[in-house]
Amino acid sequence: MENSEIISVHDLTKRFPMGLSEFTALRGINLEFSRGEFSGVVGPSGSGKTTLLNIIGLLDNPTDGDAIILGNPSRSLSVREAAMIRRKHMGFIFQTYNLLPVYTVFENVEFPLLLLSMNTGERKKAVLEALAWVGLSDKEKSKPAQLSGGECQRVAIARAMVKRPDIVLADEPTANLDADNSHHILQTMEKLNKELHTTFIFATHDDKVISYLRRKITLVDGKVSHDEVLKP
Amino acid sequence: MLAFKLAYKNLVGAGLRTWLNVFVLSLALVIIVMTWGIVEGWNVQAKHDMKEWAVGGGEYWNEKYDQYDPLSLNDGHGPIPPEIAKLCSSGEAVPVLIVQATAYPGGRMRNILLNGIDPSQQIIKMPTSLMNGDTSVINAIIGNRMAKATKLSVNEMVSIRWRDANGTFDATEIRIAGIFHSNVPNIDINQIWLPLDELQKMTSMKGQATYIILKQGMTSAPTVPGWIHKGYDVLFEEFDKVIKAKHASSSVVFLILLSLALLAVFDTQVLSIFRREKEIGTYIALGMTRWQVVWLFTVEGAMHAVLSVVAGAIWGTPLLYLLSKNGFAMPKGSEGYGFTLAEKIFPVYGAGTIIITAVVIMLATTIVSFIPSRKIARMKPTDALRGKAQ
Repeated sequence: MENSEIISVHDLTKRFPMGLSEFTALRGINLEFSRGEFSGVVGPSGSGKTTLLNIIGLLDNPTDGDAIILGNPSRSLSVREAAMIRRKHMGFIFQTYNLLPVYTVFENVEFPLLLLSMNTGERKKAVLEALAWVGLSDKEKSKPAQLSGGECQRVAIARAMVKRPDIVLADEPTANLDADNSHHILQTMEKLNKELHTTFIFATHDDKVISYLRRKITLVDGKVSHDEVLKP
Repeated sequence: MLAFKLAYKNLVGAGLRTWLNVFVLSLALVIIVMTWGIVEGWNVQAKHDMKEWAVGGGEYWNEKYDQYDPLSLNDGHGPIPPEIAKLCSSGEAVPVLIVQATAYPGGRMRNILLNGIDPSQQIIKMPTSLMNGDTSVINAIIGNRMAKATKLSVNEMVSIRWRDANGTFDATEIRIAGIFHSNVPNIDINQIWLPLDELQKMTSMKGQATYIILKQGMTSAPTVPGWIHKGYDVLFEEFDKVIKAKHASSSVVFLILLSLALLAVFDTQVLSIFRREKEIGTYIALGMTRWQVVWLFTVEGAMHAVLSVVAGAIWGTPLLYLLSKNGFAMPKGSEGYGFTLAEKIFPVYGAGTIIITAVVIMLATTIVSFIPSRKIARMKPTDALRGKAQ
């Protein structure tokens, strides 16, 4: 499974306007990701990690070059097509969890399935299964405000995983968590990666996350300085 | 359907802010329905009173008579034609003769109209039978407005002066045999009612009338040479103009009221989009298109109106029902306004008014919700996720 290419990035450059000049966040990046990878893009703040993840996640467009996601060149995709790919094939985990505050845990996890128009029975089964993966079966009726940071991030993982996506993009998922919670959610993600063969790509500079990665891509000033396999 | 479900959850989840907007919108809805109801109630009641007290089922006017031209009274009368006389004798019509005159209540001079009518008539509600008292004098009746203005009371004598058909002045004393209370000012202010045959004798206009009042419910009005049939469209024309003007002036108030309520919704939408940027970014990241998010926020705003209709129905229905049962008391001085106005107005709420008001509020709220929501379509999802899209 791990050898089939799922993401391919060619000569990717991203520039942002900054007043009258431009800021180059990514400079000619070339990368490939295979199905089932557990990789991380690491580097200091401003190195372009989040920008790379946003382009892979079809939330932003490259200035030059292209990212081919599941066989779809990002530059040729319409906004709607990009949304459809995100809806069906991608899950996102954010540093600040980004849970919908007025929904319960169950409803937050259910949300991606509602977008997929899944029927009620299947939806309920999938949500309960996802909550079981992250150990939050007893919190399904709670609202995000009633949960700890670690629990919120576990809900976010369940929400990202519930539709069994091909790719999960996690941007600094442990930045707001203590060590115990960080290890807990990383173990959860590692387990899901192994069981479901989902490709995980992290943007992080947290050593705890790096210690779980099987592949580490280091970005410095928008360029890939190292791309190393940490665990076979 | 998904948008409605999500919008409902978001709206209810927003708590107090939602309910304040819903209350303000429902207030606008109930006040608009209530005010329209009062105007409509006035319209219905006034027309009912006018039919009962003045116009019956329509009128025949002498072709030279014009209700709004006092100069037409000199020539605007004529012999009652046989076709109408037949209706009068069968109790389906009653003739009225109008003559300009001067009354001298308490020695003061006052221009009045003498109205001659058959005391035994049953066509209009006016208590003309009171004219059947003491036969040694001419018995007249007046309305309470006239009585108030002239300080005349029952059994009081008052001098009147008029010109007969030949233009000769004549004068006599008449007895006020009764004072009636009617909501219709046209038959009251500066009007004295006396028996038709007496007035015909006084003016040498035997067998003549100015106009004929038909019985209510008469379906056909034969064409009579020299007489013009006047239906409700003509007889209520002036009153309809008053109602139309009232509707127009009420609409301005509604517009202001609704604008204030919509401003609250607009403000909430703007604030909501500003405060929920991350949520918008999350929706997009999870696979919603930007226009789906625009639609979601628009539905959310529009749902304020749906909830306001429900809330308005809950608290407004008993209130409006109570008002329609007990009515609105009009101020004491309102009887001198010059148009038909009851002491109490009982609002009439038409289903059409309620539905149209609710639909207008829903449409206006949807538009007001859509305008700020369009901004979402221009947001960059990456900026929205960081909460820096605006």
